[in-house]
Amino acid sequence: MSDLNAMISSISSDGTLLVFSLVLPVIGMLLAMLTGGRHARTVVLLMLVANVAVASGIITGIWESGQAITYHLGGWSPPLGIELRADGLSAAMMAVTALVSLAAGLYAPAGFRFPPSKGSPALESRMSFVFWFLLSATVAAMNLVFLAQDLFSLYVALELVAFAGVPMVALSGSANTLRAALRYLIFALIGSIFYLLGAVLLYGFYGTLDISLLAGLVEPGPSLWLILAFMTVGLAAKTALFPLHIWLPPAHAGAPPAASALLSALVVKASFFLVVRLWFDVVPGLPSPSASQVLGAMGAGAIMFGGVLALLQARLKLLIAYSTIAQLGYLFLAFPLAFGMGAGFETGPALTGGMFQAMAHAFAKASMFMAAGLIAEAIGHDRIADLGGLGRVLPVTCLAFGIAALSLIGVPPTGGFVAKWILLEVAATSGQWWWAVFLIVGGFLAGGYMFRVIVPALARDVVPPTLIAPVSKFREAVVLVLALLALALGLFSDAPAELLTLGRPPSADVIQP
Amino acid sequence: MLIGLGLYGIIIQDQVLRKLLSFNLVGTGVFLLFGVIGRRGAEGGLGGDPVVFGLVITGIVVAFSATALAVALLIRLHEETGDDTLLDEAPGEEEK
Repeated sequence: MSDLNAMISSISSDGTLLVFSLVLPVIGMLLAMLTGGRHARTVVLLMLVANVAVASGIITGIWESGQAITYHLGGWSPPLGIELRADGLSAAMMAVTALVSLAAGLYAPAGFRFPPSKGSPALESRMSFVFWFLLSATVAAMNLVFLAQDLFSLYVALELVAFAGVPMVALSGSANTLRAALRYLIFALIGSIFYLLGAVLLYGFYGTLDISLLAGLVEPGPSLWLILAFMTVGLAAKTALFPLHIWLPPAHAGAPPAASALLSALVVKASFFLVVRLWFDVVPGLPSPSASQVLGAMGAGAIMFGGVLALLQARLKLLIAYSTIAQLGYLFLAFPLAFGMGAGFETGPALTGGMFQAMAHAFAKASMFMAAGLIAEAIGHDRIADLGGLGRVLPVTCLAFGIAALSLIGVPPTGGFVAKWILLEVAATSGQWWWAVFLIVGGFLAGGYMFRVIVPALARDVVPPTLIAPVSKFREAVVLVLALLALALGLFSDAPAELLTLGRPPSADVIQP
Repeated sequence: MLIGLGLYGIIIQDQVLRKLLSFNLVGTGVFLLFGVIGRRGAEGGLGGDPVVFGLVITGIVVAFSATALAVALLIRLHEETGDDTLLDEAPGEEEK
């Protein structure tokens, strides 16, 4: 590993590092398949550590040069060739992906017995084997989503993410999860075919699929609105944006905890990231405010709907899954806030707020799903009503859950607070007070459903539930570190916020052909 | 036309197999559209736009693997429950 690190630091200035970030996970995946069984875990964990190193190398490269890193595959330049490009946004998301997937990998070793179905050792080992395989596949696909610069590669990457995510839902192999996985797959397929339809039409009109080339070519008109609508609806279906969210709760709640953490923290962000690319990079400033208001309304609907439904859930994992829907709604509030400034298009603060929310949510939600997994394992169920006094038997897990919950609610000084604060500020300065209302009410709802869990868990006068299985200290620590990352994102928010603005295409200032 | 037909199928049909077929119908529609665009874009004497063919082939491969994955899941579901719909408590129908 050490010579690999040395190599990485020596090449971090050019684009080779980008190729590493794609090739490494795939190599890890193939090696895991070859070695099989017990070694799969070692191989994949090593790969994930290396992936963190690569991601930090890319960040350093961007940070030092202040510019995006690009790489032309096979030396072909964009109209015909494929370009990889890492700007601040992609680097930040890659780092989040690397950290969360590493945490999931560390957490996972014993995490496959949920729900306790068959129990035969053969099934067990196959499940864990497949999990390692899928984990690396997800990382590879996510990195491709963040790096690819033409709409067709993005389509392929999106499909890869879905293909890695769907089997992860069905890991436990029970009928319910299979059904959830199939439903997810069908939504994902419809979503991507809509996206592809939009991409095809774009190609038909402008003769290229490269994002930076398109940005100079597109012009507003009914055909562009149609294309945008197709692509956005397709991506919204994959992001589980209200009202296209119905596949998410069963899928995320049914998967094993390490897998739900990945799905909820990362996989849904892939398609969100694509929407950002589409609206902010391909057609910067072109969509009319009303179109972005529609997106915002869907986001607001998601916040309300997800929040209320989360309040009603009886199971901890379902509550967390519905809270994902609500939190995803915040992401889409960034769009009206960025586009509705009256004076035209303003990428800066609103986009930063949205991406901050994406990152904070990734850490907090991953931590929360894993904590829920630990709780379910320790006391044998995850019924919220019977969680009273849990804080006394599982203090570390409950602490992690609490910190993650604070970030989701948006209490200072967590990452979630910074995200919501930025969005609120933009809402105030751009005179769109109605979004601020949703932001605040959403916060209250989140507070409501989180305290439903936390308050009884910390109650003193209740007999704590009995532990049916010991909880590994190490896995508790992993969960806690993830929650602390969400907290740190708020405490040290300056550097990431600056990173997000680095290497952005010059769309905000002047549109280059 | 194909796209519309397929979408209707995805929404209306309960049985997953039929939903899948509908999805393939939509996919074919999109690829055909792509082909038309390639034809139209190739006015420079070539038979067609080579980029388009590359993209369509990739798309077909992706759609094919998606279908394979879905069928595999469906077979497992059928083995587990004898059911081939996504309705939560629906009685299984005679299909497949």
